[in-house]
Amino acid sequence: MDTQDLDGRGHPRRAARTPLRLLAAAGAAALTVTAGLATPLNPAPQQARAEEEGKKVLTVAVAQSVDSLSPFLATRLVSTSIHRLMYEYLTNYDPKDNHAIPGLATKWEPSADKLTWTYTIRSNSKWSDGKGATAEDAAWTFNKMMTDEGAATANGSFVANFRKVTAPSPTKLVIELKKPQATMAALDVPIVPKHVWENVDDFSKFNNDKTFPIVGNGPFVVTGYKADSFVRLKPNKSFWRGAPKFDELVFRYYKDQDAAVAALRKGEVSFVAGQPALTPAQAASLKGDKNIKVNDAPGRRFYALATNPGARAKNGDKFGDGHESLLNQKVRQALFMAVDRKTIIDKVFQGHAVEGEGYIPPRFSTYAWKPTDGQKLSYEPEKAAELLDQAGYKKNGDGKRVGKDGKPINYRVLCHATDPQDKAVGKYLEEWWGALGIGVTLNCLDNVTDPWLAGEYDLAFDGWSVNPDPDFVLSIHTCAALPATPKDTGATDNFICDKKYDDLYDKQLAEYDPAKRADLVKQLESRLYDTGYMNVMAYPNAVEAYRTDQIKSITTMPEAAGNIYGQDGYWSWWSATPAAADEASDDESSSTGVVIGIVAGVVVLAGAGVFFTMRRRATAEDRE
Amino acid sequence: MTAEATPSLVDKTDGPAEAGPSVRGPRARTTTAYLRYVAGKLGGAAVSLLAVLVTSFFLFRLIPGDPVKFMTGGRQVSAEQLASYRREFGLDLPLWQQFTGYCGKALTGDLGTSYQFRTPVIDKITEALPNTLLLTGTAFVLYTALGIVIGTRSAWRNGGAGDRLNTGLALTLYSIPSFWLGLLLIIVFSVGMGPIPGLFPTGGMESGNEEGFAYVLDVAHHLILPVITLVAVEYGQTLLVTRSALLDEMGSDYLTTARAKGLRDDLVRRRHAVPNAMLPTVTLIFINLGRTVAGVILVETVFSWPGLGGLFYQALSVPDLPLVQGLFFIFAAAVIVMNTLADLIYPLLDPRVGR
Repeated sequence: MDTQDLDGRGHPRRAARTPLRLLAAAGAAALTVTAGLATPLNPAPQQARAEEEGKKVLTVAVAQSVDSLSPFLATRLVSTSIHRLMYEYLTNYDPKDNHAIPGLATKWEPSADKLTWTYTIRSNSKWSDGKGATAEDAAWTFNKMMTDEGAATANGSFVANFRKVTAPSPTKLVIELKKPQATMAALDVPIVPKHVWENVDDFSKFNNDKTFPIVGNGPFVVTGYKADSFVRLKPNKSFWRGAPKFDELVFRYYKDQDAAVAALRKGEVSFVAGQPALTPAQAASLKGDKNIKVNDAPGRRFYALATNPGARAKNGDKFGDGHESLLNQKVRQALFMAVDRKTIIDKVFQGHAVEGEGYIPPRFSTYAWKPTDGQKLSYEPEKAAELLDQAGYKKNGDGKRVGKDGKPINYRVLCHATDPQDKAVGKYLEEWWGALGIGVTLNCLDNVTDPWLAGEYDLAFDGWSVNPDPDFVLSIHTCAALPATPKDTGATDNFICDKKYDDLYDKQLAEYDPAKRADLVKQLESRLYDTGYMNVMAYPNAVEAYRTDQIKSITTMPEAAGNIYGQDGYWSWWSATPAAADEASDDESSSTGVVIGIVAGVVVLAGAGVFFTMRRRATAEDRE
Repeated sequence: MTAEATPSLVDKTDGPAEAGPSVRGPRARTTTAYLRYVAGKLGGAAVSLLAVLVTSFFLFRLIPGDPVKFMTGGRQVSAEQLASYRREFGLDLPLWQQFTGYCGKALTGDLGTSYQFRTPVIDKITEALPNTLLLTGTAFVLYTALGIVIGTRSAWRNGGAGDRLNTGLALTLYSIPSFWLGLLLIIVFSVGMGPIPGLFPTGGMESGNEEGFAYVLDVAHHLILPVITLVAVEYGQTLLVTRSALLDEMGSDYLTTARAKGLRDDLVRRRHAVPNAMLPTVTLIFINLGRTVAGVILVETVFSWPGLGGLFYQALSVPDLPLVQGLFFIFAAAVIVMNTLADLIYPLLDPRVGR
């Protein structure tokens, strides 16, 4: 081989230089192309924007993936909230106080024997394809759920007690029951258009997400959906209650809440869903922004400490390994009296919660209940110690309380590894109960379900979201909810089975007079409180935030102070009014942002390319 | 030279007839050896794939938690509904029957139906795979190129200010958690900070209302920050591997020879040193290439990128067995295929491999 050839001025050298030149050339080309594009690109969006000028878009940042857009399959909050917007339910809930109000039905009344309910269906509700919504659609929806296993997937429990559903006329729906059921004005089942859905083959696999717009009769119509990217809705102009005021409603995905908060601050989204609630740090960071309102509202959840009452099945078999001392009511009550709820609110929730008392959160004013002064288990550690002494669990020489087996008592507390609140409260329990002479082992797991259902715990952090009709959260503490055998799974929350409670539960379910039923529900809560099985520590707030320069007003639920995302009804998005001010400037900057952003990206790349070429050249010359 | 000369002397006695094979012999032998090598590697890959198929079935059944309980948790369900769920998912069958059903279906390319999304697993995967490949693929090309270019330069100027700066920077970025860096980039370059305007979108892959070429630009716009994050965190590895491999070669005699021939330093590096030092880097490249399919859970989460990483996380939390199995199989298969490819390429790069 000839050195001359390799050295440089011939073919090989040029070839050798090619990769770097290519890189530089590619960078430069990309830059030119983009710069060129920037000009022809600009007019197009501007035209488009001119057409869309003044188009008011309400963008909601959500994190939870849609499980299905079929109302027969969907169970997640994001999906069922969207179904509220797409379809009318028979009834809705008043945003002021959660009582049942007309939806697709204008009126509903039971027969004298309590077994037949007759609903009057409104005649002014139209499907978005122009056909009228009738009682026939409702009857078909319920009958489908009663006869097709696939269609019963999500909401089958609502029709479990139905004997027969018919539509004698387009405005009359008749539901016959097997036994009385007071929750007939709280059937949270979306009614679908029969003429569209009767063509579905397999309800267990049909996700309702291929053809748009999706025919519905709610305040919004879904016009587009891309998994984990967005759900797009436009207002239903012929909605019987009146059309929503925004021109478009978009649910956009932000899988990381800090990123969602950043998007809110920038104005890319109008609203950040508090699911889960914004952290105290996130809420605090937004407080200073004059265009952002943090909605720190009473939540619909309770946060409780559940005790294992001795797990058992309906057939009488006992299982699990809950501590024997917890079978003593005095012990359970003593434990709760050593829990300083005020500290939990102040330190763990940093003020974003309300101190817990009764089972149902105070925002459900009809059913919320408070213990009487004599009944209340206040924070009194000394009295707790006395109660434990009375119950026979006295301290030994080491200051530890001793169980019936002669061993020091140490409770295993089941906690959710993903929940920082569980861990923080757990640390306090170690301190508070430690002072009583009781040991605590925090058992924080990713999956608490297995030990929970096996009854292998002493206490557990527990919490449920409550519906306007409290039947479900009450039903999970009845003996009927216990598993059939230890091998089965029941609907029970933590194996409570109390005769007095069950009697009250049955009475309230058969009581059709709202005031009397509310009274019975309160008695139930009182009984549950006294047993000491479910000790409610707090009602965490729904902490969410929105931009006031994009949303002028929006209805919370309850109206006085309540949440916006995940309401029982469509009130928030239906009522939201756009802010009149300069939203357009935001749009403008985002369009220019695209161009500037891409150009900036390419400049960086091209710059890097040029830098390396220059460096290389410098080296080559230095060395030669 | 002498080794070859000796047999040729011996051959002489057997006449010219033997001369043919003795010339063609080594090449033919090499080809056969290579083919045997290839067959061995392909066979190994096939066995691995089969093992993955079997493992993925049993592995995820060890995760604590019952998918039916998870999916029905927090709402009113009757015992009949629970039973119907189990029947639908085939969870009421004995394990061996579930397993044979799974294998039979998998062999025909059917990975089952996702529990939580009620959609064929293959549809969920094909929906998210292009998104992941766009993100990780773009980042892969950039961090590999950047790693190799800076790595070779650092090694060549070993110990210099540039080397120290580059290695230090790469190590620092390599040890930064990707989600933290991503969040920082969002706060500074998406929201804007001080004089820096908010240039990039805060998350997602598209605005959702663009079409045609505007859509391509829109996606590119969304792509920049996540790609920068990935490149920043990943290029250090390639850099360090390339650098150390090249350093090993730098004392070699053949480089002195090349220099003695009068070659410019640049050419010595590019023509002689780098090709010989590439083997570890090629291994790393193929490992990284295999990993691109698995997505990057943290970066996908911070930037709300709708890819496979996020899907895998969601599938695991149920556990959505068919989806988890399907994804695990695809991830493992990608790594196996890429490793096999690397194995097949080694002998071409270094003839000593595979003999």
